[in-house]
Amino acid sequence: MILRAKNIEFYYDSNQKFQIPDISLDAGDQMLVIGKSGSGKTTILNIIAGLLKPKSGSVTIDGTDIYSLKGSQLDKFRGKNIGIIFQKPHILAPLTVEENLQLANFFVRENTQMIEPLLKELGIFDKKKARINTLSEGEAQRVSIARALVNKPKLILADEPTASLDDENAAAVVRLLQTQAKKYNAALIIVTHDQRVKDHIPNLIIIGGQL
Amino acid sequence: MNMIKLSWKYLIAKPLSTGLNILLLGLGLAIITVLILIQDQFENKMTKDAEGIDLVVGAKGSPLQLILSSVYHIDFPTGNIDLKDAMALSKNRLVKNIIPLGLGDNYQGYRIVGTNHDYLALYSATFSQGNAWEKPFEVVLGHEVAEKIGLKTGNTFIGSHGIGSSSHEHDAHPYVITGVLAPMGNVLDKLILTSIESVWYTHDEEHDHATHEAPVAKKGFPITDQDREVTSLLIQYRNPIAAVQLPRFINSKSALQAASPSFEISRLFELLGIGVKLIQGLAIVIIIIAGLGIFIALFNSLKERKYDLAVMRTLGASSWQLFLHIVLEGVILTIMGAVVGIAIGHLFLVILVMQNDQGAISTLSAAVFLKEELWILGYAVIVGILASLIPAWNAYQTDIAKQLTKA
Ligand SMILES: Nc1ncnc2c1ncn2[C@@H]1O[C@H](COP(=O)(O)OP(=O)(O)OP(=O)(O)O)[C@@H](O)[C@H]1O
Ligand SMILES: [Mg+2]
Repeated sequence: MILRAKNIEFYYDSNQKFQIPDISLDAGDQMLVIGKSGSGKTTILNIIAGLLKPKSGSVTIDGTDIYSLKGSQLDKFRGKNIGIIFQKPHILAPLTVEENLQLANFFVRENTQMIEPLLKELGIFDKKKARINTLSEGEAQRVSIARALVNKPKLILADEPTASLDDENAAAVVRLLQTQAKKYNAALIIVTHDQRVKDHIPNLIIIGGQL
Repeated sequence: MNMIKLSWKYLIAKPLSTGLNILLLGLGLAIITVLILIQDQFENKMTKDAEGIDLVVGAKGSPLQLILSSVYHIDFPTGNIDLKDAMALSKNRLVKNIIPLGLGDNYQGYRIVGTNHDYLALYSATFSQGNAWEKPFEVVLGHEVAEKIGLKTGNTFIGSHGIGSSSHEHDAHPYVITGVLAPMGNVLDKLILTSIESVWYTHDEEHDHATHEAPVAKKGFPITDQDREVTSLLIQYRNPIAAVQLPRFINSKSALQAASPSFEISRLFELLGIGVKLIQGLAIVIIIIAGLGIFIALFNSLKERKYDLAVMRTLGASSWQLFLHIVLEGVILTIMGAVVGIAIGHLFLVILVMQNDQGAISTLSAAVFLKEELWILGYAVIVGILASLIPAWNAYQTDIAKQLTKA
């Protein structure tokens, strides 16, 4: 079991608690979390990623209860085991594409030798010296995927990766995430309100009521 | 990739702000550098040049002027004194040694100093060419003089009257160079040394060939039955009592004036000290402004950067690494400011020395590096840390989830 989220309780305002189902995924499993805007999708993702401590319950990744980790231990654990892709590709603008990936390696003190193969696979190898502001939106999205994968995570979390893309590109990105996750035998969770993604991943949970 | 490189990348991503901050800090530190260099060299040189001279005696006037003209050869002499008065003084039991100086001539702005061989001994002068003067009109060049005017042993030249370079030339009697001094690193480097007799005879109307061939006095005063003058006397005390009695005796009894180099120098430094303090204050204000500038730049950039910082955290950076990231940015900035400042300081001194090839400033050297300059680097690092502490703490506290949800 790679991910197990159990009895998670969370609220910003105690009158409005989020309904968060238990989640368990094995290596290579894929899951979709669907819900309308404001339903708490990003919140759930943050909790699973170790970015937001739940009020109660536990998140166990590859046997480690992540919220029992202290300070920088959790940061290192996250860097090593969880790859996060944001809705907008948040690439560090002062760095080149390649340096963005090197930074991910640096923070976990490992050279995973993945930079070149990933950039090649994602078709952005010729952009490795480029800056974010010279990339197209699709290219930037692929860079952020490459960066999420460069530390060979066991769990990949994607927050609305298709929101700003047209049908064709949305499908391509989802397919890309799926093949990469399969290839490195990582569990994949995609969080979205985008109905188009449903066709690709049958295993889904819906939060915050029916859409 | 490493933390330093990461901070560096963020710095060069905004070259204008980075450049301005470096320049501003550099200017403040350049002023401090120049002050340190000048102060150190002036004090060193002035103390060195006055070593072994307990008292200077000359015509009445400003005591500081007397010291400046007779010890450092940078001001005009206060006038001349009677040889008889001077010789009378040499018989005083409190005087151990007395070196007469005859000033008033120059060659291309380099002062010709009439004296005796004791003056060479006072500074333990050594020769790179030739020997000391033996006869009238024989001269010895200081190292720098020889280099600048391009003359060597055996060459001759004609001196000019006055101590500035623009005065008229004496028509007769060329000086013959018998020796060139080794580089001394003191006032001798810029002097042309000769006998008292040479200075006398150049100013005489008629020329007596017999006396011009006679050897000159190598110690004490020249023996003459004529009414002659010298400019000033450098005196060494016989004992500590002399320091109390001799100046008072000279200043009260005779037409002469006595001035103590150490006293006058410390008075001079006191006067200069006020100016130095003012400039120092100005430099510190500039450095504080630069520090504030760096603080503001970091603080403002943090607003746009919160997101980047949150992303770094998701990549595995710890809070402390974010803290370090911002502090490093401040410190790299200020270290560069310090390097630029020290460089500007030295460059400024090079230009200053180039524009003044004679006089007090020309004795300065820009190629000297002091350990105080390492302090400048240290101060700069402290400024960098102070300026980045609050922004860094802010970065440390970045709430990742909130930050990532916001956009
Ligand atoms: N830091 C916070 N403090 C208080 N309330 C918050 C905070 N972050 C989110 N919320 C609220 O929690 C709810 C869920 O937010 P969340 O970002 O998880 O929604 P979402 O499902 O990701 O929506 P979207 O599809 O628009 O991204 C929203 O009503 C939001 O206003
Ligand atoms: Mg969201």
